[in-house]
Amino acid sequence: MSRLVDEFELGLEAPICLTWELTYACNLSCVHCLSSSGRRDPRELTTAECKALIDEFERMQVFYVNIGGGEPTVRPDFWELVDYATAHRVGVKFSTNGVKITPEIAGRLAASDYVDVQISLDGATAEVNDAVRGAGSYDTAIRAMERLAEAGFRGFKISVVMTRHNVPQLDAFKALADRFGAQLRLTRLRPSGRGADVWHELHPTDGQQRELYAWLVERGEDVLTGDSFFHLSAYGEPLPGLNLCGAGRVVCLVDPVGDVYACPFAIHDSFLAGNVRDRGGFAAVWRDSPIFLDLRHPQNGGACTQCSAYDACRGGCMAAKFFTGLPLDGPDPECVKGHGARALSSVDPASAPRPSGDHSHRGGPRRPVALGMPAIRPARACDESPLAGSVKETSHV
Amino acid sequence: MAFDLDAAWGLHPQVAVRPERFGALLYHFGTRRLSFLKDRTLLAVVRELAEQPSARAACQVAGVEGAELARFRAALAALAASRMIMPRTEAP
Amino acid sequence: MVATPDVPAPEPDEPIVVEEAVDAELLVEEVSIDGMCGVY
Repeated sequence: MSRLVDEFELGLEAPICLTWELTYACNLSCVHCLSSSGRRDPRELTTAECKALIDEFERMQVFYVNIGGGEPTVRPDFWELVDYATAHRVGVKFSTNGVKITPEIAGRLAASDYVDVQISLDGATAEVNDAVRGAGSYDTAIRAMERLAEAGFRGFKISVVMTRHNVPQLDAFKALADRFGAQLRLTRLRPSGRGADVWHELHPTDGQQRELYAWLVERGEDVLTGDSFFHLSAYGEPLPGLNLCGAGRVVCLVDPVGDVYACPFAIHDSFLAGNVRDRGGFAAVWRDSPIFLDLRHPQNGGACTQCSAYDACRGGCMAAKFFTGLPLDGPDPECVKGHGARALSSVDPASAPRPSGDHSHRGGPRRPVALGMPAIRPARACDESPLAGSVKETSHV
Repeated sequence: MAFDLDAAWGLHPQVAVRPERFGALLYHFGTRRLSFLKDRTLLAVVRELAEQPSARAACQVAGVEGAELARFRAALAALAASRMIMPRTEAP
Repeated sequence: MVATPDVPAPEPDEPIVVEEAVDAELLVEEVSIDGMCGVY
């Protein structure tokens, strides 16, 4: 009997789950945003188009969708779409910075069996978090967590992108999750979206990767990872999860304008499989897209296949390789054996592919990380803010 | 605890079944666990459970050979442990 | 109904059936829904 992992690499009839970025609008401007979000795209799917897409998910039996963005809750029809999905046998988890989680909303969420919530947080302290996500974002997230806990919502997710600056806070993150009755989720920083500009200075060091791996092994299934650290399985005992790249095989991304990509970390024309507005809709894209069909063939591991760890790491993350300018049939930039770092040393960073599309708020160059200095944020152009005219709302929410 | 082949079983009402090339996927909306059935005959067994007076009968109807029964029982035990299938209490 | 050869119910002191189940690859594999890479 062939291994399950081999079967999955050949693709499935429908995604098991997928990421659905509902809007590029966002009230924040996180430095590493994988979707380069900020400003709404005028071509966003309409409410009716979103419902038609949910109908397709139901027909295909996509088990659940992770709705993100941007900040999905700033869409006026957000709650209507969540209700529609759960009424049509599509489970929902949504990722949010917490800005719209009022006590009333928290109560409704706690009462629903089929909606899960994932609060984004990238520092166990305001100092570390806000350096990446912006002044006030820590407070907003914590307030949302307090409200969910208060409303009796057990097991909501706290999702962290691991960086050089927050690896020392692993235990503090776990304590935070325990405090709110939440489940901690740690995910990998990819050089995607705005992340392309800060990856080299933000990604964990070799020593930190090793530390993170050991910490995850010790926690087992208590801490989720979205299987995003499968490249670390090359250290030894595999981490819980499928330990394979699901892009185009088991999962995919639908973006706010209906574009379908292999995964949310690969928003680039090279991984654009089609659009849900095309004839045949999402189902036809999943089934027939040449890009997906290509991914569902056995991949060329190149020199990596000779490595004793290949079976565990399977060459690592496609998006991480692509956006650092590395070949896809070579080592992951964070290969635990150092093969990726070696390969990177001969890559000109300026030649690496640029992410497609940029919906960032206008108003100045991308702010470099300035940890240790007072968090000074340039003012953003308010007329492009999705909360224009109601920016003060965040302090009352 | 040994899985009782002679009891009546059925799919948990919150479980969705999706056939695949290699077998099937089972997703439990309550526990959010995903089970992979690596064998199409096992899928047939699972689908027969609610129709048959016992898991043993479901296996037989699905074409499970006697020598394989232990293996299928182990699989059913795993599904019961993760609450994908549960005992039926009403009379068949 | 045609009787099929029955596999005896396992007794705690009968290891053979248990060994069969352990040697044969389990037909079921389980994973968390959060266990696939490429989703937020």
